[in-house]
Amino acid sequence: MGDPVFRLVTGNRLRDGKVIYFVGAGVWTPLIAEARLVEEWDGAALLAEAQAGPPPHPAIAPTLIEATRDGERVVPVTLRDRIRAGGPTIAYAGG
Amino acid sequence: MLLDRNGGFRPDSWRHLADDEAPADGEAVTISFKRWQAEPERWSDRTRPLGLRLSNDVPPAAFGPAATRFALIVLNFPRFIDGRAYSQARLLRGRFGFKGELRAGGNVLRDQLMFMARCGFDSFEVDAERARAENWPQAFREFEQFYQPAADRRETILRQRLRSWQTAAE
Amino acid sequence: MALYRYDEFDRKFLEERVAQYRDQVRRRLAGQLSEDEFRSLRLMNGLYLQLHAYMLRISIPYGTLSSAQLRGLAHVARRWDKGYGHFTTRQNIQYHWIRLEDTPDILAHLATVQLHGIQTSGNSFRNITTDPFAGAAADEIEDPRPYGEIVRQWSALHPEFSFLPRKFKIVLNAAPDDRAAVKIHDLGLNLRRNEKGELGFEVLVGGGLGRTPILAQTVRDFVPRRDVLAYITACLRVYNQYGRRDNLFKSRVKILVQSLGIEKYRQEVEAEYAAMGVEREELDLPDAVVAAMQAQFAAPSYPDASGDEAELNQALAAEPDFARWVKYNVKPHKAAGHAIVVVSLKQPGKVTGDCSASQMELLAELADRLSFGEIRITHDQNMVLPHVRKAALYDLWLQLGAAGLATPNIGLASDIICCPGMDYCSLATARSIPIAQALATNLAQREQEIGPLQIKISGCINACGHHHVGHIGILGLEKNGAESYQITVGGSDNAQAALGGIVGPAVAAHEVTATVDRLIDVYLRLRRDGEQFPDTYRRVGLAPFKEALVVAR
Repeated sequence: MGDPVFRLVTGNRLRDGKVIYFVGAGVWTPLIAEARLVEEWDGAALLAEAQAGPPPHPAIAPTLIEATRDGERVVPVTLRDRIRAGGPTIAYAGG
Repeated sequence: MLLDRNGGFRPDSWRHLADDEAPADGEAVTISFKRWQAEPERWSDRTRPLGLRLSNDVPPAAFGPAATRFALIVLNFPRFIDGRAYSQARLLRGRFGFKGELRAGGNVLRDQLMFMARCGFDSFEVDAERARAENWPQAFREFEQFYQPAADRRETILRQRLRSWQTAAE
Repeated sequence: MALYRYDEFDRKFLEERVAQYRDQVRRRLAGQLSEDEFRSLRLMNGLYLQLHAYMLRISIPYGTLSSAQLRGLAHVARRWDKGYGHFTTRQNIQYHWIRLEDTPDILAHLATVQLHGIQTSGNSFRNITTDPFAGAAADEIEDPRPYGEIVRQWSALHPEFSFLPRKFKIVLNAAPDDRAAVKIHDLGLNLRRNEKGELGFEVLVGGGLGRTPILAQTVRDFVPRRDVLAYITACLRVYNQYGRRDNLFKSRVKILVQSLGIEKYRQEVEAEYAAMGVEREELDLPDAVVAAMQAQFAAPSYPDASGDEAELNQALAAEPDFARWVKYNVKPHKAAGHAIVVVSLKQPGKVTGDCSASQMELLAELADRLSFGEIRITHDQNMVLPHVRKAALYDLWLQLGAAGLATPNIGLASDIICCPGMDYCSLATARSIPIAQALATNLAQREQEIGPLQIKISGCINACGHHHVGHIGILGLEKNGAESYQITVGGSDNAQAALGGIVGPAVAAHEVTATVDRLIDVYLRLRRDGEQFPDTYRRVGLAPFKEALVVAR
């Protein structure tokens, strides 16, 4: 048995494209640790809640992803989602 | 509602017949290309203004020669990213001598209007409420000059330059 | 300096385009446009949404920049990004950390130096590319860039072809030695003379990499120069009507040409071309227009530099590191006493194609002082100072070296082409930059012994890193949640273009360097005098490469 896998909703912020996570009640955060995590069976409802609201929606393409907890940290299951959460894995000219 | 190339709105005065519908006497109607192909003689009596609805997969050789028979041709954009009807319009105007009203139907959006008008469209089936709210008529006026020759026969930037060089040389 | 300068028409057009885009962004932020509707509009201006932010791609037409333009690009990097930009395999630059709200101002700023993002994405004409040595190369028939500018203008916001089935890449080449990778483009124009000595173009159609790699085929051997826009129009009109729109992966013109066969496609194009009538006249390209355009690109008046050789030879003899750089990074120029300098953006440990704002500014300054204010971008993600006096090479080398820009590796194993991969790109299935870094570090020691070698890496099947035509190609895939890499050998993107063959099952990230080492060992063992990797591959086939990997497993 591995760690329990939770669901959370992520998207990119409309005005600047930054990665954001759904907290609930129309609120989004750039910090994955603040994201609302739900069990697998509550994922569809969380996604529907995240997608609701009048245009323009603050997040582009809200998507359900999988993550586990490691103490205080929330760690996405796929490498792609870990890179979205943590930034490029290589040093680049700017930082 | 229809939006015209000159920026005005007007209601559609044509009836668009389904393939099993009969027209009333003298009524202006459009028919599908399929129906026209199936019974061209039935529609050749010229007792009524006749329009044609053309899907965007009909090849030019099939629709081109008959084009001048119609007072209105409606081309279709099933999705705004499907651009086949731009070429159909160019050919109807440039090659097949179609002088009637050319109309764009389907998924017509503001930011495609300029391209459509340049390819020879006169009128556009639009959601009038949205079109007014977003000032769609302005879309025809966003550019003054163009690089390509098109159905609007506006002089291209290249030709204008050439003319000014020749004048300068004289 | 002689580069194309916008006239009032061009300036007005670009200002109107920026204003139009500014209004589109306003409507999106006001909720009037859905993301679906806006996506196609922002892509027509080169704005993507990537993993971490928006990405803005700016076109560098025919790979040529003035120093002022390069300073403009540096300014954008500093003010609106994180201080750097990334040069791509299509002679574009892209910025990876852009905010949507800033994009109208960025484009307005770039318009002041005659740069734009028009059609750097979307299903229309992409940036027109060409030989990075155009106008300086000793072997070209004529500078292809005036035709590049003519085609650029003709393709900008084209009324009929802005909603093609898929993207469309046009390339121009005017040299027998193809440095523009003509055969992997949707449409290639090879400038040539016919038996009467008249200029015209060979027209090739249907090249492209991606999921189904295909090399372009000749549609017509010779189209007279003045008819070239009409002929391209015919090629495009056939594609616009018959190209597939039901499946994204089968919608490029290469699939149409493949399914019709080149004969049938040619017949359709020729029939359309023959029927064009008055449109032919409208698209006619009179000699006067070509001459006026050529005057804009007139070669600089090179000083008499015939005495420079002696000075250069002295420095070469005294400084082996300088001699090594000259050997690999300096190319023959058509003017006596001058040279073409390739500036490597492949410093080991750094990111392929990345260039900081300060490096851009330094290159702009060096271009002003030493290269008539001109800079080029190459499709293998390096930069070029095209007109440098040989006597200035030593000084130039010192200054480049101080900024980390004098890596002597052009054409060698560590000069790797590489897409951004999963570190940035939302399409990627694996990372490519860390693989390139590991390979470059590992191979730098013996790259002189290996000689010319092109390694090309893509982070997904879309093949932005051109892996199919690498001498060694690496494709990043995802297998059961882990990155894995499929390796090909024997590809080539020059005049003898060829697609590589797959050497075996995909390998894990940590196995890539050892696998590539083994493939290179096979090549070194089997090569005959003067053979490059693709030559050896053509002679010996795939088997010895496959075997070496089987043995190792």
